[in-house]
Amino acid sequence: MIPYAHGTAPPMRTTPRRVSWTDPRVRAIAWQLAVVAALIAVIATVALQTAINLRARGIASGFDFLTRPAGFEIARGLLPFSSRDSYTRALLVGLLNTVRVSLLGIAIATSLGLLIGVARLSGIWIVSTVARVYVEVTRNTPLLLQLLFWYTVTQALPAPSDALNPLPGVYLCFRGLFLPAPIWHDGFPWIDLEQPTLVGFGFQGGTSVSPEFAALLVGLSTYTAAFIGETVRAGILAVGRGQAEAAAALGLSRLHALRFVVLPQALRVIVPPTTSQYLNLFKNSSLAVAIGFPDLMSITNTTLNQTGQAIEAIALAMIVYLGISLSLSAGMNLYNRATLRRGGTA
Amino acid sequence: MTMTRLWILSFAIAAAACSAGEPRDQSAPRIRTAGQPSTATPTLDSVRARGFVRCGVSTGIAGFSTQDTQGQWQGIDVDVCRAIAAAVLGDAGKVRYTPLTAAQRFTALQSGEIDVLSRNTTVTFQRDVQLGIEFPAINWYDGTGFIVRKASKVQSVKDLNGATICMQPGTTTETDVADYFRKQHLTFMPVVIERLEEVTNAYFAGRCDAFSQDRSTLASVRARAPNPTDHMVLSDVISKAPFGPGVMSNDPRWIEIVRWSVYALIDAEELGLSSKTIDRAFESDDPDVRRFVGKTDGFGAMLGLDPQWAFRIVKQVGSYAESLERNIAPLGIDRGINRLWKDGGVLYVPALR
Repeated sequence: MIPYAHGTAPPMRTTPRRVSWTDPRVRAIAWQLAVVAALIAVIATVALQTAINLRARGIASGFDFLTRPAGFEIARGLLPFSSRDSYTRALLVGLLNTVRVSLLGIAIATSLGLLIGVARLSGIWIVSTVARVYVEVTRNTPLLLQLLFWYTVTQALPAPSDALNPLPGVYLCFRGLFLPAPIWHDGFPWIDLEQPTLVGFGFQGGTSVSPEFAALLVGLSTYTAAFIGETVRAGILAVGRGQAEAAAALGLSRLHALRFVVLPQALRVIVPPTTSQYLNLFKNSSLAVAIGFPDLMSITNTTLNQTGQAIEAIALAMIVYLGISLSLSAGMNLYNRATLRRGGTA
Repeated sequence: MTMTRLWILSFAIAAAACSAGEPRDQSAPRIRTAGQPSTATPTLDSVRARGFVRCGVSTGIAGFSTQDTQGQWQGIDVDVCRAIAAAVLGDAGKVRYTPLTAAQRFTALQSGEIDVLSRNTTVTFQRDVQLGIEFPAINWYDGTGFIVRKASKVQSVKDLNGATICMQPGTTTETDVADYFRKQHLTFMPVVIERLEEVTNAYFAGRCDAFSQDRSTLASVRARAPNPTDHMVLSDVISKAPFGPGVMSNDPRWIEIVRWSVYALIDAEELGLSSKTIDRAFESDDPDVRRFVGKTDGFGAMLGLDPQWAFRIVKQVGSYAESLERNIAPLGIDRGINRLWKDGGVLYVPALR
């Protein structure tokens, strides 16, 4: 530090600043403006030429297709959908499916990852070894392969007629997991549990989890948990040994030491790389198309093919993925700042 | 990954921006003097310069486009590619095949990755009008059907109420089934998987009660089943599905070459020509045959080709009947309506005259 620089006002300029090419700050700004202008020019040229080319080749363009009826059906999701609904609604159904599987996946991957990370450092040989094998196996095989594996596992379950029935009203078969669902009435007691029943080809009534959704959720969360586990381990190791020893000296149990002393400090190391893992999980959810889960990418794919408007459909998907990724990382940055504050000035 | 490829292809359209102005020239009407042979067709020129035809086919649909154990492409759609190469380059073998999923096919054509798409593609209004694609000819008349397990005791589509049905994204099947079930007040649950191999495996594994596709594809799916007799293709056909090769609509001469290459295959059958008898056709007195092999009238020159273009198609690829005999008959698929009009079918193509 320069002595007495802190708190001292900069020396007053006697003459007003002039814009001059010799001023490095002016040069820097000029260069940056030039780069931005060039970039805008390139993007504009490509966009314009693309529009011209599309017209010249007689390929329809524009977003008119979004209001047309989609014409295809989508497996039951969060929003009711029929083939008469618009492409916009179809894409929205896909988006909600993507968000649902990603959020659940992030929650599961975080809990599992935390467990794995702590287990990796366990003094008990069997626990640390199991955790290590888990991490190495999951991290070193392609996710697509794992998704297909989990999907195959769901298909090895019994047929609907021989469905497993672990609890009353709960059925598990290769068509999915079927659960009772509440339905609302006008009269007392207003709410009722609707049980799934085997009719014709499968279970009707109640609610269900499709094998595609289950395979995708399990695949994404177990895969990402391995990476998060390694991040957690690195974070814990980054906290000085003395911290744990001091906590032990104060009479804290190992669990309490971990919960109140080590993890809060480790979080500062853990959060930034974990944000990347969340983003990866979110983007990897687009592999759903391989196992037939109707996520945003899968619906975009169908839309693109039914309408033939590849550029528009893909641009839309990119904007949506980008938007969600940016919001996700903005949220994680806020959280990161909060952990830094809580950690004090170490 | 297929997705990656699709993205690349989409942006290839945008990348064509570099060749500024060129597409506009292609679409501009050309002024030709009557009778003057013209080869001013960018696609034909580039095919000739390159020395092979780039043909988009399926990732493997028996009878239409599939690779044999030696890696050779076979099928009636492949024969269309071969016919074009025979007509244009003199050698039916000068084709480079690009396997495409249903979802990739149109983008591949639009971005100029292929010269012709010959991949059991159903011609529809929207595809013809909206995609900048032309379908010059029909080479197979099909329809959407269903394959089911015999054990499910399903006899007709009406028995499929509430069923889970496997299908592929971006196919006409997807919308045909939705329309039909709505019309009949039936419900179904779709499972949509892109690749034919994977969607077929999902059906075999029991994920779906039925698999819906074009009936010709279903016949080859059934043939590939672990135990084909456990499955049956329902007799119901819920939609029309005329298949034909597709090309970009901005090259009229190339459209004509593809159209007449398909017509030549079918006309050859009608004229009783085959790869074995075509050599003797030069001595024929039949004016139709003499025109076909290029003895008279000079039709080849009008297409910008040499006189023997049609002769070579039959010599190297065979007639339409031979193509079906080689590719479709072994699968146990009946020609059905894909017979000549003279034999009670719907094949009625303009004559070479």
